[in-house]
Order: sequence, then C-alpha cells, then structure tokens
Amino acid sequence: MKNSKILLLILIVMFVFLIGPFIVIIISSFSSQTVMRFPPEGFSLRWYDKVLNIEMFRTTFWMSLKTGLAATFTALVLGVPVAYTNVKYRYPGKNALELFFSSPAIVPGLVVGFALLRFFIYVSGIPILLGLYLGHTAILFPYTVRVVSASLRNFDAGIEEAAVSLGSSPLHAFFAVVLPNIQSGLIAAFILAFITSFNNVPVSLFLTGPGVATLPIQMLVYMEYYFDPTISALSSIIIVITVIIVQSAEKVLGISKYM
Amino acid sequence: MSFIQLTNIDAGYVRGKPVLKNFHLNVEQGELVSLLGPSGCGKTTTLRTIAGFIMAEKGKVVIGGKDYTGVPPNKRNIGLVFQNYALFPHLSVYENVAYGLKRRKVPKELIPGKIKDVLNLVSLIGYENRLPAQLSGGQRQRVALARSIVIEPDLLLLDEPLSNLDAKLRDEMRAELSRLQHQLGITMIYVTHDQIEALSLSSRIIVMNEGTIEQMGTPQDIYERPETPFVARFIGFDNHLKGKMIRNSEEGIRVAVGDTEILSTRKSGRSSELQIGDAVEVFFRPDDTEILDKKLPNTVEAHIDYANYQGNTTQYSLSVEGTAIRAIVAGRQVPYNAEKVWISIPADKLIIEEDRGH
Repeated sequence: MKNSKILLLILIVMFVFLIGPFIVIIISSFSSQTVMRFPPEGFSLRWYDKVLNIEMFRTTFWMSLKTGLAATFTALVLGVPVAYTNVKYRYPGKNALELFFSSPAIVPGLVVGFALLRFFIYVSGIPILLGLYLGHTAILFPYTVRVVSASLRNFDAGIEEAAVSLGSSPLHAFFAVVLPNIQSGLIAAFILAFITSFNNVPVSLFLTGPGVATLPIQMLVYMEYYFDPTISALSSIIIVITVIIVQSAEKVLGISKYM
Repeated sequence: MSFIQLTNIDAGYVRGKPVLKNFHLNVEQGELVSLLGPSGCGKTTTLRTIAGFIMAEKGKVVIGGKDYTGVPPNKRNIGLVFQNYALFPHLSVYENVAYGLKRRKVPKELIPGKIKDVLNLVSLIGYENRLPAQLSGGQRQRVALARSIVIEPDLLLLDEPLSNLDAKLRDEMRAELSRLQHQLGITMIYVTHDQIEALSLSSRIIVMNEGTIEQMGTPQDIYERPETPFVARFIGFDNHLKGKMIRNSEEGIRVAVGDTEILSTRKSGRSSELQIGDAVEVFFRPDDTEILDKKLPNTVEAHIDYANYQGNTTQYSLSVEGTAIRAIVAGRQVPYNAEKVWISIPADKLIIEEDRGH
C-alpha cells in the first residue's frame, strides 16, 4: 500500500516534469504582455495573429513541410527494402550493418549535421536545398528502417510463402500480400519520421543557409532578437497539430506498437 | 517410376551442417504419406524442399516426371497448407481462394464457378465475403485447404495443419481431410508429430529422426512392428529394459533381463539379425502389461513406486532394477502396498531391438 503511494507520487512528478513545460508554453501564449512571463498577465490572441502574419514563419513552415515530406518519403522508399532484407534474410555481418544503418540515430545530431555539412556543401558543392533534403533523408532513414522492421516482424512469413506457392513471384507477393498488411507500420514510420524531420534543429542548423531555413531554425533566430510570446503561440500550434496527428493515427491504426 | 522422387538430397543447412544428408524419398501417385517425427527431425525441411522454398544443395527433385530441381516455388504446381493457415488477412474468403486462379491466368469467366465448387467441397458456401479474422480456426483451415486445392495442384503439402485446432475440431478436420483425399485422389504429404493423426490418415507413414528415415510402412507396420528403438519409443513402446540375447530359435527370441529369462515371439524387422550375446533392449507398451503377485513365465520382478487408481484402469509407476516402468492395467490387480510384484508381458507384445547405446 505504502509502496504504491510512492509509485504514484513518482508518476505524478514525472508527469509534471514531462508535460509541465508544454502547459507553461501554451498558457503563456495567451498573454497580452509583450514580454514572456509566467504566469501571464491578461488574455489575448494577438501573438497568434502575429505568428500568422510574419512572412518568415510562413515561408519556413512550407520549407519544413516540403523538406519533411520529401525526406520522409525517400527514407521510406529506401528503408522498406532494407528492413525487408534484414528481417527476412541472414547474412554475414548483418549485426554490424544494422548498427551502421541506425548510426544517425545514435550519433549526436550536431556531429551528424557537421559531417553532412563537410560532405555535402564543402566537398560536393551541391545546392543548400538539396543538401538539406539529403541530410534529412539520412537522419530519417534509421527511423523508417526500425519501424518498418518491427511491423515486418509481426507479419507471418508463411503468408508470403502461401502467395508464392500459389504462383506469385517473390516481387509480386511483396506488393500484393506484404505491403497491404504492413500499412499501419508504414504510416507509423511516416508519421514518426515526418515529426522527427519537422522538429529537427541540429542537422538543419548546419544544412541551412542564405534563403533556406526550416521553421525550427527560424524560431531560434527569432528568439535571439525578440522576447515576446510569439514563439509560445507558434509552439502551441505545433504541439496541438502534432498531438492531433499522433492521436488520430493511434486511434485508427494503433501505431504505438511499432514505435 | 514413382510420382515423387527425392534422390541424394542435401538440404536445409543449419550451422554449416545439412539437415537432410543423402536423403531419398519415393511417393506414389494418390498416396497420403505422413512424415512423422519429433521437431528438428527434418520433416519440415523435406516438405520445404519439395515445395521449393529450400533449394537442395545436392541431389534431384522429380515430381510427376518433371525435374523440379532448381525450379522456384512459384513455378511448381504444388498446393501448401500451413499450420497457422497463412490466409491473406486483407482479402475476403472469395479473394483468398481466387488468388491462385488469377496468378495462373485462369479465364475470368471460369473463376466464380471453380470457387463455388471448391467452397462447396469444404462446406463454406455463404462465407465468401468474410475476412479471415471473422472466421473460426476450423473455418480458416477450410479456406486454406480450398485455396490450395482450387488450383488443381499435382501435389498437396500439409505442414501440421491441425495442430492449432482444439481436440474436437481436429477429429472433424481429420475426417474431412480423409474424405477430400479419397474424393479428389490427390497425392498428399502430411507433416506431423502426432502419431494418432499419422496412423488414422495415412496410407503410408515415414518416421524420421535426425534427418534420416528410420522406418517407412503402413500404419499397421509402424504401430505393430517398429524396426528401430527410436520408432518403438516414438510410437508408444514407452517401456524399455536392457538385456542380453540368449537364444534365437523357431519359437522366438530369448533374452536375459537381470536373472530372468524373457521370450519374445514377435518378429520385428531386424530381430533376426541379432547374435547370441548381443546387448539388446526389450520394448513394450504400458497397456500391454499385467501386474501379478507371483512369478510366472515372462514376468520380471518389480517394485511399485506409485499407483494411481482411475476406475477402469490403474496406472502404476514401477521400477525394475532401477529402470522406471509404466504400466496401465484394467481394474486393480494387486494391493497398493504389495512389496514385490511381477510385471507380466505377453510374448507377442515384446519387441527386441539391438541396444545402440541410447
């Protein structure tokens, strides 16, 4: 009995620790004052109004959205065959390769960003936009591989063999039988990867440049100059959108089992 | 020439060693052959080699006169039924059954008729639009059967198809499989570890152990005349005693177990090859025994460790010179507290095998 009370206390403390900052941000975004303060004084929606009217935010939002969608899509297209191979076949050096594929998720983002900067921009001299897209693809790849692998492991290999024994080539069986049955895994991978890309700072920091910035980078830049609650309002919008996407995906598809 | 011929097969490598080594198998057209054995004995590897999911490293696979060695599984005309059914979860019963027909480019106008016929055969008319998740285990296995026989395969392979069903359904499906086999006359290879399934379904049983065939024969052959200690044990000759060969005559084989002499009048495959003085094992079934309170011919002295009265039968755990013996006898034949008893085994229920040091 006593134990469970202590556990409950720990749970509440953790909850406050995790959720608290979000609540502070959301509440402070409704402040009517021009300086961030908690608890806020007054109530207004002026910062929301301001967010929508700052052009930098609008252009960088679209940049983040486009980068995120393109990189996620690419990482999925590359990640599915890799996950499929790794789940289905055994080969020498498989563990080492799996570790290598997941390295961008283990190595600190700043290091990855710097490495990509050296490689893409200095050595290859490719356009910044392309570098940003490729860099995001690289960091999303481990996520798509991992989530798709999890859903493939839940899929009975016998089903694929049944399709082959009925006359499908292995490739046809993959598209006709495997893909339709790992749909929710694919969607889970897409959402996780997209959110990862959309929120990424360390890698984007190195791979953005004149005229090319993502929303989180723009938010950082803005915060260096202004202390008003605009960023709180913008963050609140992002939080709400993220929660809605993840919750509805969980309700409809039960994606949490793949993450 | 046999319908299925596996010749000199090496297949299914596990840690650098082939599961099947120099393996031979012949199956005649229209037979239902069971591959019976414990897990890891190579029965599933054999099945998968025939299906083409395992490519033999060595040897030849010939089915119906066609050389299938190196032919991928989707180009072999073989139906497969899996233990866990392996239905396509996103397709309806109708679409599951239609899958193979479409892949085989069967003319569109013929497909509905064929599906109706086969669903009728497995009593699933009216379930066409259900998804696999909306069916019971037995119904799923019927769909799996329908899906694999609608393509009119040369051969049907079944990998423990009944082991996920409960006892009652298993009996039903067993009868159903038997009926289908007789009705269609299709050659079937049936993998199982359940001896009752193998005995009741097969025209021939192949008992496998460690990648080799221990014995093949009719269900009666296997059940009555196991040829190796492994088969004897696997098929229910749970009791074995070590002994020494004394005499091999017209009357039968005489063996010394401890100080006692025992006679076996039962011919088993290799008993005639035994020499006097050879170490042998004596096998008998728990339900072929009687427990007596006095010494008679063909009895060994034992002592009761435990007796469990179950009404029409009593189960005894006994020991004979340190070897545990199980006996199931009708009623209660001796008092529980009997100090000394004798196990009687009829001479025609005893099997003598060479002791291979197991």
